[in-house]
Amino acid sequence: MPLQEIEIPLGIRTPNTDGIVGEAMVLNMGPQHPSTHGVLRIELHTDGEVVFEAIPHLGYLHRCFEKICEGLPYNQIVPYTDRLDYLASMNMNLGYVLAVEKLMNIEVGERVQRLRVVMAELNRIASHLVALGTFGLDIGATTPFLYCFRDREKILDLFEKACGARLLYNYIWIGGLARDVDENWINECIEFLDYFEPKIKEYNDLLSFNKIFIERTANIGVLPPEVAIAYGCTGPTLRASGVKWDLRKDEPYSGYEKYDFNICVGEGEKGTIGDCWDRYWVRVLEMVESVKIVRQALDNIPQEDISAKIPKNFNKMPVGDVYFRTETPRGEIGFYIMSDGTKTPYRIKVRSPAFCNLSVLPVLARDQLIADLVAIVGSIDIVLGEVDR
Amino acid sequence: MSQFNPLEAFNLPIVYWQIIWAGIIVAFVTVFALFAVYLERKISAYAQDRMGPMETGGWQGWAQTIADALKLLLKEDIIPELADRRLFKLAPYIVFAGSLGVMAVIPFGVNLIGTDLNIGLYFILALSSTVVIGILMAGWASNNKWALYGAMRSAAQMVSYEIPIGLSLMLPVLLTGSLSMIDITNAQKSGILADGYFWNWYIFRVPPFTLIAFILYFWASLAETNRTPFDIPEAESELVSGYHTEYTGIRFAMFFLAEYANMFIVAAIASVVFLGGPLAPAPWLNWIPGPIWMLLKSLVLVFIQMWLRWTLPRVRVDQLMHICWKIFLPLALVNFIVIATLVVLWQK
Repeated sequence: MPLQEIEIPLGIRTPNTDGIVGEAMVLNMGPQHPSTHGVLRIELHTDGEVVFEAIPHLGYLHRCFEKICEGLPYNQIVPYTDRLDYLASMNMNLGYVLAVEKLMNIEVGERVQRLRVVMAELNRIASHLVALGTFGLDIGATTPFLYCFRDREKILDLFEKACGARLLYNYIWIGGLARDVDENWINECIEFLDYFEPKIKEYNDLLSFNKIFIERTANIGVLPPEVAIAYGCTGPTLRASGVKWDLRKDEPYSGYEKYDFNICVGEGEKGTIGDCWDRYWVRVLEMVESVKIVRQALDNIPQEDISAKIPKNFNKMPVGDVYFRTETPRGEIGFYIMSDGTKTPYRIKVRSPAFCNLSVLPVLARDQLIADLVAIVGSIDIVLGEVDR
Repeated sequence: MSQFNPLEAFNLPIVYWQIIWAGIIVAFVTVFALFAVYLERKISAYAQDRMGPMETGGWQGWAQTIADALKLLLKEDIIPELADRRLFKLAPYIVFAGSLGVMAVIPFGVNLIGTDLNIGLYFILALSSTVVIGILMAGWASNNKWALYGAMRSAAQMVSYEIPIGLSLMLPVLLTGSLSMIDITNAQKSGILADGYFWNWYIFRVPPFTLIAFILYFWASLAETNRTPFDIPEAESELVSGYHTEYTGIRFAMFFLAEYANMFIVAAIASVVFLGGPLAPAPWLNWIPGPIWMLLKSLVLVFIQMWLRWTLPRVRVDQLMHICWKIFLPLALVNFIVIATLVVLWQK
C-alpha cells in the first residue's frame, strides 16, 4: 500500500486539512505489550493507524552487567554473559571466552573448538526458531510458534544432557568447556539433525510461503543496505539487506574457516531486498547452513582432554586491552576488555548486536501502519536482555 | 420427528412457547459456548502438536471450560477509574443481546423455531448490526487507546463486511421469494431434480453462483465474527486484545460468550440458508431428527472456522478493506445481479 508521503512534524500536529486541525495521538506500546519481545517500550506518534514516529525507550531490563563484571574474576563473568542474550547463551559465552583467551593468549585444542562450534550453531538454530515462531505470532499465526518450540525443545534437551542447564548454560569456559560430551550425545545430536532438516519444509509450507504471510511481510520495513551499515546493523538484519558480511567467514574464529557453508543474504525474492520477509527468510536459510556446520564439526571429532587449557587462577593477567567480536544469531557481539593485571577486569564494554539493530527501528517505522510496526519489531528479532544488559 | 410441531403438540399459546424457547436458547448458547471453547482448545492443541486441557474433570479435561467460566464469575469486577462507567457496564449486554436475539429466528427443525418472522433474514442482519454499537461503546468507554483502536477497526470491518454478507444472503431469498427462515428451509426440499436430496440445497441449486455466494458469505462471516484471518479488532499481537482489553470477570465473559455465540450463529445461518438447515441430505436419512442435522451442519462450519484460525496468519487493516470492497463486494454484486435476472426470466 502506498503510504502517506507527507512530512509530519514530530509528535505535534497533523497538517491542517480543510480547516480541521487534528492532533497526533501518542500511543505507548509496551513495556507490557504482547509483541515487544520483552520489556521494550515504544513511544508511538500516530495519525489514526499510521505511525509517523516511533521512539524506543530502553532500560527496563538493565542489570548493570558491565559494572558487575568489574568486581568479578574473569571466569566468574561467564555465567553473567549467559544472561545477555538468553536465547543464545552459548554464543554469548563463546564471545566473551574468546575475548579473554585472546587476552591471555590461550590456544584451545581441536575437540574444544569443534564442540564450541557445535554448541554455538545448535544455539543459533534454537534462537532462530524462537525468532521465526515469535515473528509468526506477531503476524497472527499461532501454530508455527508451537512447531518451532517443539523442535527447539529437542535442542534444549541436547544442551541439558551436555551441561545440565536448559537456558543459561555456562558451558563454554575460558580455556575449555565445563564438561565433555560422550559418543552417545554425538549420536543423539546427529539424530536430531536428521529429524530437523525435513522440518524446515514444514515451516515453509505453514508460514514462509503462506500468501497472507507474504502479503504482510514483503515490501514492509525495507532496510536499504547503506542505512543498515550506517546504523551498525549486523547479523541477519544486515544480511537481509543484501550485504554479504558474516564474521564466521570474514574473520573466522574457533575454526570456522574449516567448514563449508554459505553466507545467506536477502535477495528480495518476494518483494524488495531488505524487507521483513527477507529478514525472516535469511534466518530460515541460516538454520540450514547451521545444520551443515554442525554435521561437519561432529564428523571425526578427535578425542582429547577438554579441560587441559583451563587456567588455574587469574591472578597474573596480562595488562592491556582486547576487543573480540563473534557472530551471534542476532549479529556481531563485541567484548572490549581492559585488563590492569589484577584478577578482575578493569572495564568490560559489550557491543550488543540487538541494541544496534534496534537503533534502526525509528527509521523503519516511519509512516508505517501499527500492524506493520509490529512486523518490523518482530523481524529485527531483539532480545531485551542483551539490548539493556 | 422432523415434522414435529411443538405448538400443535402441546397446544400452547404462542407467547408461552416463545418464552420457553427463549430459555432454551439462553441455555443452549451458554452450553454451546462452553463446548465451543473446549473444542477450540482441543482443536488448537491437535493442530499444534499439543494435548490441550487434560487434567480438569478427568477424561480429556472435559471440565476445563466449566472451571474457567466459574473462575471468571468469581473474579473481581474492575472498572477503570477514568472509564465512562455507564457505557462501560452497558456495552457487554448490548453485544450479547445482539448475538442472542438472532437465535430467535433460526430454525432448528422444520417447525422448531422461536418465531417465524416473515422478515427473518432481514431481522438477523439488522440485529447483528447492533453488535457494532456495543463494541464501539466498549472501546470508547474503556478510556484506553488500544481498546479504542480495536473498536474503531471493528466498526469499520463489521460495517463493511455486512454488505457482501447481505448481498450473498439475498440469493436464496430471491430464489425463495421470501425472507422467512422456515420458507427458505422448506424451499430447499424440492427442486428440478428428485425431491429430498442434498442437491436441492441452495448451495448446489444454481451452480456456480450460489456456491460462490456461500463461500463469500462464509469468508465475510469470519470478518463479521472477528475470527482469524480477520481477527483484526482483537489482534493480540497488535492491540493487546482490542475493545475488551479493560474488561474483567463476568463482563469479559459476556464478550467471550457473545463471540462464541456469534460463531455458531453465522454457521447456523449458513447451514439454514445454503445447506438446507434441518433437512437430511437424502430421504432415507429422514429418520434422524432435524435438529441433529442442523447442529451437525453448523458444527462442521464452526470446525472450519477454528481450523482456519489455527492455520492462517492475520491480514492487515487495509488489506482487509481491500478484500472487502474490491473483491468480495463486486463478486457479490455480480452474483446478485445474475441471479436476480435469472429469477425474473424464469418467472416470465
